[in-house]
Amino acid sequence: MAHLLTMNGLLQLVAYFLILAIFYIPIGNYMANVFSGKNTVLSPIFKPIEKSIYNLLSINPEKGMNWREYAITLLAFSFAGFVLLYLILLFQGLLPFNPQKFAGLSPHLAFNTAVSFITNTNWQSYGGESTLSYFSQMAGLCTQNFVSAAVGLSVLIALIRGLRGVETSDIGNFWADVTRANLYILLPLSLIVAILLGLSGVIQNFQNYLEITTLEGAKQTIAMGPVASQEAIKMLGTNGGGFFNVNSAHPFENPTPISNFIEVVSILLIPVALCQTYGVMVNDKKQGLAIIAAMVLIFAPLLIFCVTQEQAGNHVLTTLNIDQSVNSLQAGGNMEGKETRFGIVNSALWASATTAASNGSVNAMHDSFTPLGGLVPMVLMMFGEVVFGGVGSGLYGMLHFVIMTVFIAGLMVGRTPEYLGKKIQSYEMKMASLAVLVPSLFVLIGVSIALMTKAGQAGIFNNGAQGFSEVLYAFTSAANNNGSAFAGLGANSPFYNTLLGVCMLAGRYWIIIPTLALAGSLAGKKHIPISAGTLPTHTPLFVGILIGVIILVGVLTYAPSLALGPVVEHLHMIKE
Amino acid sequence: MNEGIKSNSLFDGADIKEAIMLSLKRLAPQYQLRNPVMFLVFVGSVVTTLIFIAMLLDKNSIAGGGEPIWFVGAVTFWLWFTLIFANFAEAIAEGRGKAQAGSLKAARRDVSAKKINHPDEFENFTMVSANTLRKGDLVLIEAGDFVPSDGQVIQGIASVDESAVTGESAPVIRESGGDRDALTGGTRVLSDWVVMKVTSDPGESFLDKMIGLVESAKRQKTPNEIALSILLAMLSIVFLLVCITLLPFSLFSVEKAGAGSVITITVLVALMVCLIPTTIGGLLSAIGISGMQRLIKANVIATSGRAVEAAGDVNVLLLDKTGTITFGNRQAAAFYPAPNVSDQMLASAARLASIADETPEGRSIVVLAQKLFNLSPIDVKSLNATFIPFSAEQRISGIVINDRHIMKGAGDAIAKVVTIKGGNVPEAITKKIEEIARQGGTPLCVAEEDAILGVVHLKDIVKPDIKARLADLRKMGIKSVMITGDNPLTAAAIASEAGVDDFIAEATPETKLKYIRKMQEGGELVAMVGDGTNDAPALAQSDVAVAMNSGTQAAKEAGNMVDLDSDPTKLIEIVEIGKQLLMTRGALTTFSISNDLAKYFAIIPAAFATTYPALNSLNIMGLTSPQSAILSAVIFNALIIIALVPLALKGVKYRAESASNMLRRNVFIYGLGGIIVPFIGIKIIDILLTSVGLA
Repeated sequence: MAHLLTMNGLLQLVAYFLILAIFYIPIGNYMANVFSGKNTVLSPIFKPIEKSIYNLLSINPEKGMNWREYAITLLAFSFAGFVLLYLILLFQGLLPFNPQKFAGLSPHLAFNTAVSFITNTNWQSYGGESTLSYFSQMAGLCTQNFVSAAVGLSVLIALIRGLRGVETSDIGNFWADVTRANLYILLPLSLIVAILLGLSGVIQNFQNYLEITTLEGAKQTIAMGPVASQEAIKMLGTNGGGFFNVNSAHPFENPTPISNFIEVVSILLIPVALCQTYGVMVNDKKQGLAIIAAMVLIFAPLLIFCVTQEQAGNHVLTTLNIDQSVNSLQAGGNMEGKETRFGIVNSALWASATTAASNGSVNAMHDSFTPLGGLVPMVLMMFGEVVFGGVGSGLYGMLHFVIMTVFIAGLMVGRTPEYLGKKIQSYEMKMASLAVLVPSLFVLIGVSIALMTKAGQAGIFNNGAQGFSEVLYAFTSAANNNGSAFAGLGANSPFYNTLLGVCMLAGRYWIIIPTLALAGSLAGKKHIPISAGTLPTHTPLFVGILIGVIILVGVLTYAPSLALGPVVEHLHMIKE
Repeated sequence: MNEGIKSNSLFDGADIKEAIMLSLKRLAPQYQLRNPVMFLVFVGSVVTTLIFIAMLLDKNSIAGGGEPIWFVGAVTFWLWFTLIFANFAEAIAEGRGKAQAGSLKAARRDVSAKKINHPDEFENFTMVSANTLRKGDLVLIEAGDFVPSDGQVIQGIASVDESAVTGESAPVIRESGGDRDALTGGTRVLSDWVVMKVTSDPGESFLDKMIGLVESAKRQKTPNEIALSILLAMLSIVFLLVCITLLPFSLFSVEKAGAGSVITITVLVALMVCLIPTTIGGLLSAIGISGMQRLIKANVIATSGRAVEAAGDVNVLLLDKTGTITFGNRQAAAFYPAPNVSDQMLASAARLASIADETPEGRSIVVLAQKLFNLSPIDVKSLNATFIPFSAEQRISGIVINDRHIMKGAGDAIAKVVTIKGGNVPEAITKKIEEIARQGGTPLCVAEEDAILGVVHLKDIVKPDIKARLADLRKMGIKSVMITGDNPLTAAAIASEAGVDDFIAEATPETKLKYIRKMQEGGELVAMVGDGTNDAPALAQSDVAVAMNSGTQAAKEAGNMVDLDSDPTKLIEIVEIGKQLLMTRGALTTFSISNDLAKYFAIIPAAFATTYPALNSLNIMGLTSPQSAILSAVIFNALIIIALVPLALKGVKYRAESASNMLRRNVFIYGLGGIIVPFIGIKIIDILLTSVGLA
């Protein structure tokens, strides 16, 4: 194993976790202050803007909503966003900033893309540079990159208010939450990251595509565009929808190891810091630490497993006596589908981080990973996108697992289970079960439909287990709102665009609504004081059980699918 | 009470034959529908049965999918047995509960009452059970008798010990006419006699309600059981879907791999039954019923299952001082002589004054005096003395013996008599009286003629084991609060001696109610024990309210449990039973879900062995053949239900310890154990199947 994880690789991983750890407290506390309505360093700049937004839209940020109002407002807001984006994409040809004169998208592709971006999934059935105008990218997609992330944050904050509230129906004001999330958190962070990316070579312009003649004399079109600005929020908002088709493997989106590092840090920055925000807002930082500990303890071993699997190289090539070892001349390992400027470690790190968080951007092709290396991103999504997960959505998804764990563990200590002083009863169990189990239903049913229909089979390019893995990956990615693709699946068809769109909607709103209902129910409850008989939820023991529950639920749901996909593929490969 | 039931066997009075019959009868679909997990098993069993029949008619029937007929038959057989085993567990639990409740009913001895027909003919009474008394009946109650129910004095006057109800040790006077004519059931007449008119009917039989709680058909699911059922149902839906979607997955894989055969319906059903949480699903109702049954065994009758569950959650326990924390009756602890009086003189005088006093206080004075000064017992009759019994009017009692007139009584009462006779009260005595009162004791003065001899210190004696029990409660996170009618000083002294966390002194029904409300507003769940009518509002407000069987009807109606032994410390046991109930559910749920891992390792390689032979490397248990692997998993799944019946009936062992320790132990046993046990069990069954040639 030692030769599979080089010192260089290890240092990069350590540096990665170190940076995230450094930002954990300051950014976490900052976000807690923002959502508590307290003054922050940026208040002098943004407070007046915030106020004028409220005035303009006649919003009273102090006016609380009950969970139904909150949910209806959120759904209406998302639906309006969907309609706007759908129309922009459909009528792209008539709109400005379209130097390449791209026509409007087909209705099913526009549907799929609009759903994909409002649900923070960013599954892309299209190639950005060959399909979308600058206007569609900026006014359409980029807007939703901000807004969908803000919606995720606001749902999380509403849930936290539910946990904090005592016999109230008030879980906060949706408009205020969304405004603050955008104004104080996403905008400033994106600005900083965009500038850093620009400095490291990511392009930002409105030029026409360049037509050049290569050294061989061939004609080549080089796509241009306002990339850096979109790249920043794409990473920070766990969106992942690339400006270009190959996403962050493209040299203009991600030119250097430095830009790669900035981007991969941006993926986990907010989801990680939100654990601190959570701890601060529930007045018990240890609760946040327990959750981040559970996340890291699931993520780190899988990440290292992925790195070593990829570094071990392709077994088929090994049997042909091809040298895949690390040495001064080559990175070694399985470099198929990976960028040489990133190498094994940064490709595996990205693949793990982007699927742990529901980001879904890629800097290497997951389809070309070794079967077990490719299993890691798939498994991380199958855990329900709760290991870091999407901005806001990851943590509220995780809290559903926490509630499930509290229920089972709480029974074992002989009390009606309670979490943070709130009794967990049948209503909470109903909501948590829905949120945890529904996405997997959509994955399993979706895959079955795809495998059993002509339209579905038409998109499967590879045979046998690999083909199965591709379909499984696509539905897992969509229903868990990740958005990364395994490639190798022809997904731009009315069939896949529609079915995956439905999965994305279910994976987003079928969790948001139970989450808000849970928030409402928790807010209405009394707060039970902690005693020696209360199950502590910040201890290593609880973290261990939480990890066990997440893994067990994921594995038990997907074991047969994984066996028929990556596992059998791996077994076949090593037998050859 | 109820000494007859002491069998410790698993079946504990349940009729096995009846239980078996019941398990078969309950295979009916309308009964199975009550439990979604077991209903899925039922549907699966029907499906495989149909396949088996189809194969009997035509060996190569397409329904069999190429499986050998013996295999389909064996799977079907064991699936039905999975259902029967689950039904059996429930039937046994029910049988035990009913047997216990029945014998309880028979063995229950009630307070008896002297029923009379006319207020003046009280010499002509008939002894009847208190339970048979109806509103308007007349009863005679003489010194030493318990008041059989709530009522009104219509004739006579008596001093009554209401300490069991009010917590006040001092007797009170009850007489006909005026506002002191109410008698409370469960109190005891100490002197004189009264005729009482019964004012309330005994309530509906609590036992009948309780029997309803152990009958699965009538039983309402408790809130926590519902929450758990939701989780189990959702898990079952997911596993059902996992199995259903395996069919298309398999079809696709076979087509693309160009090898093997599609997974058969029989195997899919087997996989589904193995994966859905049948262990906990099958035992859930048995666990709930046995919780109730354990309660009956402790001689406690609950009116709802909800209350038992709530008992496990209690975090504040209101305990009456009298009877729970202290022995109820004050006992002599020390003699404090007046100046110029010797210890022995005082003790001997106090003994004489108490020799005819049958109250526990009086007896304790005699005992203490004899113990301290080695006095030999006196034959009362040989004394040739006149006794002055305690009278409610003078509040003193005493003895006249050879012209010696010795009195004992409360400080002020004695002082009054002594002053009339021309004596005075020494300052040392006044001080002592105050000091004893400050320490929480009751000072009792002894005087001879016009001279005060000294003070006897009567003390509430804290029960020896109560401190340890309260400490156990604290470990479980339960705060104990003592309720007493005493003044705050006395209360504080006893509270610190017994180690309670808090106390309510000079408690009135209003202060109790207020305290409970305040606690509940803070989110606490409050349990209390009560027996008096004045406890009723507080009982009604409490989340868990245990009424003493000796208590009044009003108290019983307000409470949600009745303790037949009228033992106030029973509350602690009830809390433990409540906790045990939840723990057993949690432990078996964890065990059930953890089991699935091993079942996957048995079934997946077996199910896809023909399509992808490479998957056989997942057969880490080295099971002989695909058929034996699947059959072993199914058999294990059925047998584990039967194997866990004793645990479900007895409940997971409960110890007073912190939540963390308890969790660590249970996760280790049922979580880790749940992962490991099936690997071993399935392997053993596979070996057995192979050895009999079924592989």
